[in-house]
Amino acid sequence: MPDNEQKNRQDASLHLTYNVNGDNFTSAGEASVDVKKALRQLGFSPAFIRRVAIAMYEGEINMVIHAEGGTAEVYVYSDHVEIVLADHGPGIADVELAMQEGYSTAPDNIRALGFGAGMGLPNMKRYTDEMKIDTEIGVGTTITMVVNTDSDKK
Amino acid sequence: MKISEIAQLLNAKIICGDDMLDEEVHSACGSDMMSDVLAYVKDQAVLLTGLMNTQVVRTAEMMDMRCIVFVRGKMPGEDIIKLAGMCGLALLSTEERMYTACGKLYLAGLRGDVV
Repeated sequence: MPDNEQKNRQDASLHLTYNVNGDNFTSAGEASVDVKKALRQLGFSPAFIRRVAIAMYEGEINMVIHAEGGTAEVYVYSDHVEIVLADHGPGIADVELAMQEGYSTAPDNIRALGFGAGMGLPNMKRYTDEMKIDTEIGVGTTITMVVNTDSDKK
Repeated sequence: MKISEIAQLLNAKIICGDDMLDEEVHSACGSDMMSDVLAYVKDQAVLLTGLMNTQVVRTAEMMDMRCIVFVRGKMPGEDIIKLAGMCGLALLSTEERMYTACGKLYLAGLRGDVV
């Protein structure tokens, strides 16, 4: 992370940190629910909150499916929210392929639960204004997403 | 369309959300793939699904939905009912299959999103 990003994060009006439990599919999404509540209390618009919540929720589910959990950091500013999801999972072998709708390496038991259709990463991109994937095989993946309040995305 | 009308049209059991029956919903979505719901549904209000786990409730909550209809007579467990209560979601269960349940609501005027 460049120094200027670290400096900027000190300016965040709210910083939330979560451990995403990789053993429990049932609890996946709890961090997103909490962020949703926090943003609602801060008075952001429902459409903006929904975009943040969906992007983070898909990220949480991904961490549970593929990486045995990880951490989620959320930085709230007046005009945008930054979400940093970090895991120590297997890494993504081909990011371009993983970004294609319908491509998934999720096992069948996850598909039976309604996920693993290859829409997670595309959905995260769909609802965010910026998305960066840093991944290394055998080391882990960090996904940084930014959602702007004045975005024309819906 | 009111949630009470949905329950009536589908002859559905009201599992929770008795206090929400007068709430109006404006559109609906039928899917067992939660990521499809998260991808394509806008301004939605009701989710019809044959899937039964807590992530169905979470997905509906993320999308600010008001009501979930479980098709094919599926009845949710206590964990799902409790979570729905916390999220302020009404839960219904109908014996109808997915296609028929969606068709009945559509015919009665509850439309999906325009693609």
